[in-house]
Amino acid sequence: MTQLALIIDLNVCVGCHACVTSCKEWNTSGAAGFLSDDRPSGKDPTGTFLNRVQTFEIGTFPDTETVHFPKSCLHCEDPPCVPVCPTGASYKRPQDGIVLVDYDKCIGCKYCSWACPYGAREVDEHQKVMKKCTLCVDRIYDQTLPEAERKPACVLACPTSARLFGDVHNADSEVSIAIREHAGYQLMPEWGTRPANHYLPRRKTRIQIHADELERVDNPLRKERQLPRPDLDEPSLDDATSW
Amino acid sequence: MHPAFSVIFLTTLIGVGQGLFLALYTGELYAVVKVLPAQVDSRAFYGGGSLLALGLLAAGLLASLFHLGRPERGWRAAAQWRTSWLSREVIALPAFMASVLLYGAVHSLGWNPVLLTLGESIGVELSLLAGALAMLLALALFLCTGMIYAAIKFLQEWASPLTVINYLLLGAASGFTLATGFSFYTAPNLMRFYGIWAIVLTLAALLSRSASLWRNARLQYRSSLQTAIGVRHPHITQMAQGAMGGSFNTREFFHGRSSRFLHWVKWLFLILVFVVPVILLAGGLQTGRAPILLSAFLVQYIGLLAERWFFFAQARHPQNLYYQTV
Repeated sequence: MTQLALIIDLNVCVGCHACVTSCKEWNTSGAAGFLSDDRPSGKDPTGTFLNRVQTFEIGTFPDTETVHFPKSCLHCEDPPCVPVCPTGASYKRPQDGIVLVDYDKCIGCKYCSWACPYGAREVDEHQKVMKKCTLCVDRIYDQTLPEAERKPACVLACPTSARLFGDVHNADSEVSIAIREHAGYQLMPEWGTRPANHYLPRRKTRIQIHADELERVDNPLRKERQLPRPDLDEPSLDDATSW
Repeated sequence: MHPAFSVIFLTTLIGVGQGLFLALYTGELYAVVKVLPAQVDSRAFYGGGSLLALGLLAAGLLASLFHLGRPERGWRAAAQWRTSWLSREVIALPAFMASVLLYGAVHSLGWNPVLLTLGESIGVELSLLAGALAMLLALALFLCTGMIYAAIKFLQEWASPLTVINYLLLGAASGFTLATGFSFYTAPNLMRFYGIWAIVLTLAALLSRSASLWRNARLQYRSSLQTAIGVRHPHITQMAQGAMGGSFNTREFFHGRSSRFLHWVKWLFLILVFVVPVILLAGGLQTGRAPILLSAFLVQYIGLLAERWFFFAQARHPQNLYYQTV
C-alpha cells in the first residue's frame, strides 16, 4: 500500500515562506476554485492557507536557536478528522493515503477541524467549505507535466530542499531512508494518529576529540616535534617512509 | 474553543424539548400504573405539551442550520451514521421529532385505542407505545449530542462520560422545570409531581456538572509545545505564527475572553442553572403561583446558555499550542 507524504527537514529550512506562496498560488488557481483572501493589503489581512511556516526560538538568550516550522496537513494514517465527517466529504484515499475533502459534499460544519489536533484544516470564508492540503493531488499524477515536476508545489519551490516527497511505506524510498537515517519523527505521537508526514530534527555535526588525540601517549617528555630521521642503514619500508 | 451561538441554542433548545417530552411521558407512565391519578385533559396536556416540545426541537434544528457553511447541503449529513456521532444526531433529531408528532397527534386527535390489557386493569394504549419509541429516541439523541463532544479524545475537557451524563441531566432538568410551569395551566394536579422531579433532576445535574468541573480543574494535558513541534527543550518561544493577521485557527479555537471572565461565567451558570431555579421551584410549589414557576424555567434556560458557553470556552484544543500568542 502506498502512503504519500512530505518529509520536512527542520535542519535546512530557512523560513523563507516560498512553500507557502507556491502552495497558495497553485491551489488558488486550480479546478477546486480560489482560496480566499480578505484584505490582503489592508489593516487586518486574513485568508485560507493550506501550508504555513511558523518560527520558534528554542532556549534562552544567548543560547538560543531558531527553528522554522512549516505546518500543513500530515495525512495521518489513522486520521481522526475522517470518521467524524457526517457527510463523507472527508476521506482518505486507499490508493495513496492522501486525506482529501470533497468540496462538493462538504456542508461546512467544521467538526473535522475540531477533530484535528494539529489545526491543519481551515474553513474557506467565502466558499464556506473546509480546505486542507491535497498533496497537490491535481499535479502529482498529471501526465502532461514532465516527470520531475510531478511533485507538490511546495516541494518544487523549496530553495534548500527542506521538503522531500514520496512513499513512506516503501522502505527504500528517499523519504523512508531520510526518516530512518536522520531520525525522522511525528508530531503529537501521544494521540495515535500516526501522521504520514515526518519532520527531521535539527542536527549538529560535532567531532569528539579526546585528550590522547591531542597529546601522544607514547611521548614521555610531552614534547611534540618532528621525529628524528632513522639512519640510512636501517631497514626501511617504502610505503611508510618518504625515502 | 470559540463558543458558537448556533450550537449553544441548538443543544440547549433540543435539551429542553427532549426533557419536556420525557416529563410528559413519565406522567403518562405513572398514570398507567396508577401512581398518579388518571386525570388530565390529555388533549391540552399531552397534545399541547408535545406541540411545545416540537416547537423547541424545531427551533433548535433551525439554530443548527446557522452553524453550517452550506445549509442547503445539510441533508447529506445523514450519510456517515456508521462512524460519525454528528451524523447519528442528524438522524436521531428528526426521528425523535416525528415520534413526538405521532405521540402528540394520538393524544390530540383522541385516536388512542387500548391495544392490549396487562393483568386486570392496565390498558396499553397506542400513545404508550408511540411514547416508548419517542422516549428511546430522546435518550439516543442525548447520547448522540453528548458523544459528538465526548468522542474527540484530545479535547480532554470533553472526553469523558460526564459530558453525556451532563447533557442528559441538564436537558431533563430544564424539561421538567418547563413541565412544572406548563402543568400549572393544563394539568394543575400534576404540578407538584413535576416540580419535585424538576428539583431532584436539577440537583442531580448539579452533582454531575460539579464532577466535570472538578475533573477539568485537575486535567493533565497530554500534549505540550514540545510534542507539538517535536523539540525537547523546556524553553520554547514562538516568534511567528505564520500569518500577520488572524486566521481560521486563531478565530475558531479561542474564546477571546480573559480567564477572569470565564471564572465569572462559571459562577453565574452555577447560580442560574441550579441555585435560583431550585429556590423558585420550591417557592412556586409552596405558593402555587404560575409566574414563579415560569420564571424558574426562564432563569434556568438563561443559565443553561451560560453553561453551554462555558462548556465550549473551557475546552482547550491542542492546536492552540501552535498559536502561543493569541
